[in-house]
Amino acid sequence: MSVQEEEMSWFKRIRKGILTETEDKKETPEGLWYKCPSCKNIIRSEEHAENYYVCPNCQHHDRIGSEEYFHILFDQGKYRLLNPNITSGDPLNFTDTKKYTDRIRSVIANTGLKDAIETAAGRIDGHEAVIACMDFDFIGGSMGSVVGEKIARAIDHCIKYKKAFIIISKSGGARMMEGAFSLMQMAKTSAKLTQLSDAQLPYISILTNPTTGGVTASFAMLGDLNIAEPKALIGFAGPRVVKETIKKDLPEGFQTAEFVLETGFLDKIIHRKDMKHQLAFFIDTLTQNVKKTKK
Amino acid sequence: MVYLDFEEPIKLLEEQLEKTREITETSGVDTSKSVKELEKTIAKTRKDIYSKLSAWQKVQVSRHPDRPYVLAYMNALSDNTFVELHGDRNVKDDKAMVGGLAKMDGKPVMFIGQQKGINAKMRLYRNFGMANPEGYRKALRLMQTADKFNIPIVCFVDTPGAYPGLEAEERGQGEAIARNIYEMFRIKVPIIVVIIGEGASGGALGIGVGDRVFMLEYTWYSVISPESCSSILFRTWDEKERAAEALKLTSDDMLNNKLIDGVIREPEGGAHTNHEESYANVKDAVLKALAELEKLKPEKRIALRIGKFEKMGVFND
Repeated sequence: MSVQEEEMSWFKRIRKGILTETEDKKETPEGLWYKCPSCKNIIRSEEHAENYYVCPNCQHHDRIGSEEYFHILFDQGKYRLLNPNITSGDPLNFTDTKKYTDRIRSVIANTGLKDAIETAAGRIDGHEAVIACMDFDFIGGSMGSVVGEKIARAIDHCIKYKKAFIIISKSGGARMMEGAFSLMQMAKTSAKLTQLSDAQLPYISILTNPTTGGVTASFAMLGDLNIAEPKALIGFAGPRVVKETIKKDLPEGFQTAEFVLETGFLDKIIHRKDMKHQLAFFIDTLTQNVKKTKK
Repeated sequence: MVYLDFEEPIKLLEEQLEKTREITETSGVDTSKSVKELEKTIAKTRKDIYSKLSAWQKVQVSRHPDRPYVLAYMNALSDNTFVELHGDRNVKDDKAMVGGLAKMDGKPVMFIGQQKGINAKMRLYRNFGMANPEGYRKALRLMQTADKFNIPIVCFVDTPGAYPGLEAEERGQGEAIARNIYEMFRIKVPIIVVIIGEGASGGALGIGVGDRVFMLEYTWYSVISPESCSSILFRTWDEKERAAEALKLTSDDMLNNKLIDGVIREPEGGAHTNHEESYANVKDAVLKALAELEKLKPEKRIALRIGKFEKMGVFND
């Protein structure tokens, strides 16, 4: 599929209630407080947002959405969304406790998101890059056809314009309501990553809390560099399933980013406040000699 | 012979047939006429039952303990020339994932697949066909060896899932499956995948990327088993029939949704009733597909393989 340029426009806020200018983004009405779920420390919400949504006391990284990540990582918080209007179909005509189409409609209304991933182009310390960022609020960041398609198109865009590619994963795994269609997104995204690799463009995978199931077993583990945020839960099977399988308590820290680093599947754990500059360093360093040889 | 719950009428008739035959043996009375009639009734009953199986009943057939398992296919399709090769060159030899070199009608082929145990003891030994990361890495090693020597690859899928154990997590189950999927898109030789029993999620897809993906008639392939789907979405194990229906996991549904390339028909009454016929049907399909694929240049094959999976997905643009 080709990236349809005419469909891209400079980013317009589509979510209700977020109408502030970029430079005023972190402004929060006075009197709102954030209580850290980990250490119970209380700070002003404004201060929490300024601190990258990380608790200054215990460094707990709060779960944030694609919009927050884009603002943190792109220069001056400026970016444009790629293919922002793709929404989910209902390939299986699926109904569990409610119809899948109704579920999608109500999640879109409640979150202002179109699906569990947003893709955006911008600059990271001057380096052109595309970031695909998952949103956990959208059915647990589950991977269905839209997630696969948006990643595929983002990769096409990177190849066409020679940009670095970053995926920020945050997902419970596959979207069951799309059955095998959801499963095949693992193959689809991995297939596209081989093309990105052939174009010698860097792919940096950032695993955030939580990254499990089909996302771990496909693009999240396939980065040229696999990076994680501190203490993020990362695994293939969820901890409950593993516990039921082995019928024993799990060791302390099992499936945390620190554990996965020790077992050899991550390159580095990076604090959210350092993420932007580290990414810029990696993109710069990885592509420096590639550009030279291509001249 | 093991009978599934919905096969009860067949069971009763076959018991009757057995008794009738015994009468001939013990008393010498000629029962050939009633034997013939019974055999006809059995065939008709089986046909009736199997022509209207529900999705859940097909899942039951896919797990039938008398179905031929992967190693049986490997031996049968290669006239017993199959030589098993072991180990991932890293940690250990995973008994749930088997593979090796063989010749099909004189032509070299690399066979890979998950093996379920044929009895209680072997089921434990084979970990019920649930591979660990080293199993997927062994599979990839064998695929890359095949690729180097221009030998086509045939993967037989039969797994209730990748093993969700503690050590599997420590050794990177997610990474192992992801790596296989990724590398299978770079393999230059033809890859044919046949789901011969259960095709459960990432555990299946970890050896499931192919130029041709076939399902045997009474098998299932989806992102989750109907039981687990029921427990997550309906919060009970009792909705497995409903979940099986909703997931559209049967071979015909998968073909209609263009998520596989073909269905290989099974003998009347399922693969377990006639192993030889099942082997022959699979061999036919594999050889035919190989002949088609070998006409293409490797780059073309890879482009088509990627293009096929790229098209999978339903969304509103």
